[in-house]
Amino acid sequence: MPEKPKIAFYWCASCGGCEESVVDLAESILDVVAAVDIVFWPVAMDFKVKDVEAMPDKSILATMINGAIRTSEQEEIAHLLRRKSQYIIAYGSCAHLGGVPALANQFSREHILEYVYRKAPSVTNPAGTVPQPNWKDDGHQVTLPEFRHVVRALDQVIDVDYYLPGCAPSPKLLAAAVQALLKGELPPKGSVLAPDVALCDECPRKESKPTEVSFAEFKRPHEVIADPNLCFLAQGLICMGPATRSGCGAACITGNMPCTGCYGPPSRIKDQGAKILSSLSANVAAEDEKEIERILSGIPDPVGTFYRYGLARSLLRRRVDLKGNS
Amino acid sequence: MENNGKQPRIGVYICHCGFNIAGTIDVNAVCEYAKTLPHVALARTYKYMCSDPGQEMIIADIAEHHLNRIVVAACSPNLHEATFRGALQRAGLNPYFFQMVNIREHASWVHDDRAAATAKAKDQVRAAVARVQFHKPLERKRFNVEQSVLVVGGGIAGITAALEIANSGKHVYLVEREPSIGGHMAKYDKTFPTLDCAACILTPKMSEVREHPNITLWTYSEVQEVSGHVGKFHVKVRRKPRFIDEDLCVGCMECVSACVYKEPKFEDEFNEGLGKRKPIFMPFPQAVPPVVTIDPETCLKFKTGKCKSPCATVCDRKAVNFDQTERIEEIEVGAVIIATGFKAFDATRLPLYGYGIYSNVYTSLEVERLVNSSGPTAGDIVCRDGRKPKAIGIIHCVGSRDKKTNRWCSRVCCMYSLKLAHLLREHTGADVYQFYIDMRCPGKGYDEFYERLLDEGIQMIRGRAAEVTDWTMTPEEEGKLVIRVEDTLSAYVRRVPVDMVVLSVGMEPAEGADEVRRMFNISCSKEGFFLEKHPKLAPVETATAGVFIAGCCQGPKDIPDTVAQAGAAAAHAVALLDKGYVEIEPNTAYINPDHCSGCKSCIPLCPYHAIVFDDGLKKARIDEALCLGCGTCVASCPSGSIIQNLFEDEQIFSEIDEVLSNV
Amino acid sequence: MSERFDPKIVAFFCNWCTYAAADLAGVARMKYAPNLRTIRVMCSGRIDPQFVLEAFARGADGVLIGGCHPGDCHYISGNYKCLRRFKLLKRLVQDMGIEPERLRLEWISASEGDKLRQVVNEFVATLATMPPLNLPKRFVEWDKEVAILREQVDAAHAQEEQQEVSTHA
Repeated sequence: MPEKPKIAFYWCASCGGCEESVVDLAESILDVVAAVDIVFWPVAMDFKVKDVEAMPDKSILATMINGAIRTSEQEEIAHLLRRKSQYIIAYGSCAHLGGVPALANQFSREHILEYVYRKAPSVTNPAGTVPQPNWKDDGHQVTLPEFRHVVRALDQVIDVDYYLPGCAPSPKLLAAAVQALLKGELPPKGSVLAPDVALCDECPRKESKPTEVSFAEFKRPHEVIADPNLCFLAQGLICMGPATRSGCGAACITGNMPCTGCYGPPSRIKDQGAKILSSLSANVAAEDEKEIERILSGIPDPVGTFYRYGLARSLLRRRVDLKGNS
Repeated sequence: MENNGKQPRIGVYICHCGFNIAGTIDVNAVCEYAKTLPHVALARTYKYMCSDPGQEMIIADIAEHHLNRIVVAACSPNLHEATFRGALQRAGLNPYFFQMVNIREHASWVHDDRAAATAKAKDQVRAAVARVQFHKPLERKRFNVEQSVLVVGGGIAGITAALEIANSGKHVYLVEREPSIGGHMAKYDKTFPTLDCAACILTPKMSEVREHPNITLWTYSEVQEVSGHVGKFHVKVRRKPRFIDEDLCVGCMECVSACVYKEPKFEDEFNEGLGKRKPIFMPFPQAVPPVVTIDPETCLKFKTGKCKSPCATVCDRKAVNFDQTERIEEIEVGAVIIATGFKAFDATRLPLYGYGIYSNVYTSLEVERLVNSSGPTAGDIVCRDGRKPKAIGIIHCVGSRDKKTNRWCSRVCCMYSLKLAHLLREHTGADVYQFYIDMRCPGKGYDEFYERLLDEGIQMIRGRAAEVTDWTMTPEEEGKLVIRVEDTLSAYVRRVPVDMVVLSVGMEPAEGADEVRRMFNISCSKEGFFLEKHPKLAPVETATAGVFIAGCCQGPKDIPDTVAQAGAAAAHAVALLDKGYVEIEPNTAYINPDHCSGCKSCIPLCPYHAIVFDDGLKKARIDEALCLGCGTCVASCPSGSIIQNLFEDEQIFSEIDEVLSNV
Repeated sequence: MSERFDPKIVAFFCNWCTYAAADLAGVARMKYAPNLRTIRVMCSGRIDPQFVLEAFARGADGVLIGGCHPGDCHYISGNYKCLRRFKLLKRLVQDMGIEPERLRLEWISASEGDKLRQVVNEFVATLATMPPLNLPKRFVEWDKEVAILREQVDAAHAQEEQQEVSTHA
């Protein structure tokens, strides 16, 4: 009996949702497990880095890495897995585009550590202790991975073969990707394994959108009770659907929440946030400068709104004026 | 990259443009640099790329070196892009495999620093070389041209243009805001320098317009809305109610005699307010169309409803119709000529000359009516205070060549001031003084006319008049208006007492010019006159294809120049109609149906309603015939599914990247 | 800085107004600073916010957008769409730490060659008082931490392979 293909999973700066999404395969996970050997999956099984280091190079068929890259340790493991794997798949929004963790690119590392360990209202830290990469304790040298200045998407650290988008990727896309892997029917390297059409294409509310939607006001989801049948944009609610890949089955819309863009942009777009900004603002229903500003003030945080998942891979990547490593 | 399967082989040509470019930019260095760029098969410089030998060189190189992309660094693409595209076409290459770099207007002419200008030229050439690799073969689209022309404005320019076009067998819609055509010229008495009577030469043309089978004349009407494009403009014309059925009225004027106002009581616009008219009136005897108009602002029937309306009773043709309402006419035309004329400068803006303060201060236009035998005084020069002037001062450049009002020269004032001096002297025998800054009399017979006036004994005082005052200092000034001026030729300040002052007012853009401009989507120059496409080589064309301009709406000019320009505009319009089709640049946008998600965000953005939602496919689609290629939808498409030919994302990104690649 | 800093400006000009104004400035031989690199589009409505961000990311110190005056757009209303995008984009750019003065929108009509000259000179003067933005250089600096680790990893790997070769030998 020929050896089963080896698969690995790893997580970096992530919430764990991507790991959950693997389990969301439900019973079909049994088919997957039957077809492959999972050789590394720190969340679910007990493996050591040493085990991976001992594997021959390229002996793993594919490794799915989720989470953004925030620490030196995550980088090291990514390099290691790259060496050991034939294919690296950036799994989920964070590995794909930086994800929610990359919103931290609006702040300096020092600011974040200061806030999280000292200033946040929920913190009790009378000694003001902040993690240190190197620490002498009781004669012992203790080290911690270094917290990077910049949050990165996976392909900003290692070469990535495929991207499985989403926060988290839908089980349907995962199953399709695994099938493609096992059958060796992979698209060209660098492909995002999701449809290259925006979400509206599969949105159940597509029909409900009038052709002449312009914005006299932008509302935020907590300010209104959204009509469950009408296109969010027609209700003045920002929906990233038009600038976001489909493939999720319009999951958020079905839950009566507008799309926040986790599948990232179609291949034709360099910067998802700039493109939705362009579309939304061009359709503002005013010609007077002050009135335009008033309407646009309904979008109080353009970076957080338009780059919720994509800041690391946006054209500017990070707030450019931060002190630190620049 | 779509290159018909071929690797790009780019030819780069750097134009010297004599010394225009080569004087500031090291063209050889740019050429040598271009040779080092990827996919550049050859690079050359030439003295004049746009010349025949320059174009032939490109054509020969395309054949000999199998070039499939051409970059020319020369002047503005607005001048010679079409020239070089033509050369590519003659060489059998798609004309859109071409990119032009503007190193003259945007570099050599605006920079002194040779090194910096050369560096800029290199950057822009590099960007063009990168961009042209992404160019695709394109074709120009053809549309039929509607065989009719709209002429807006019925002054001498509009009349001339309309007649020229109508005589060529094309249909003309002539739209005039006032009750009669004729414009300013109809108000003039004589014309300089020949002194022939304005009415004698104008009214036959006005009648010709009325009689012409190819002209539809709509007076008392205004263009309300314009859409479409060259070859097919859709125009809505608002016809204001004149409360007279134009087809029934024969202009017998019996209604005017019958009006309950026995005497004319209201200010007569045609006579510049110097005369009076009734609520029912014809602006002047030779008006075209020769029909009366009722002014609802002054007519008792409209104001009180209590008039017995003898005007209606007396009309045996039943032409009076108080129930007439505004009508909208909708027409389609292939071309438009705008000839909306000018507005005379409002002399009250310069109170130092006393207009509106001293009754004997007149504008030149008022004097035109005053000296006119059909004017309010039948040509008798009597001042507002009843006196016959013995001394008259004519002040030039009122509202012209003046930083406080209008900077520009109105071109006609020197000449018409001489003409008025002649007429006033002829009618009154008065001493006439001209206060001028410079005498500008270029034109056929103009300087001779000036000399004739000097011989007639007109007093010429060189100096901008400082003020007109009734503050007298000597007994001989008593009861007169005094013009204070520095006589710059004898270098002392003079006080010239006169009975009558004539202000030679300048020309300004017509009332409503801004709305006209916006409606027809043309630009204006700084002063507000409509902007021609090129000040020298395209003086009657505008930036909007199919829209031409003639007469003073383009800038101050005299009657001969206006008529010549109107003829030129007419020739352009007729040429366009005769050609029968227009070709439209292929820089239009299209939607890739495989990529479009049907989000509909683009649909409200199109100013031409060219984007429709295909209910079958559930995707948006651009009607190519309606798209004019602005690219607004392309910039907005949130999924990058709209492409603009010649301005594709990857073409523009490659330009951005390359102009910055040496940072 | 001992050297005079020459800001790089990418300009996006609409064909009908601002590009024509630049042509006019040329015809009138008006002199202005040579820092502009102009990209011609048919309408300011074609200017995709991505273009502006790309220009900054590729090293522009400033981006100048030139369009027709409000109400004067050759395509009726493209300049209003440009204005609306500009308003939000400027906030975004500012939130990303780029000084708002680096992004400028000017309405310059075909007859305003002199305004073009003034705007360019003024913009260059403003940018010259600021430090260079030079994002490509900053990106390299940011990624130094990644580059260093990659080198270490590669070096360690090379050493391992060396050892393996020598043990097998």
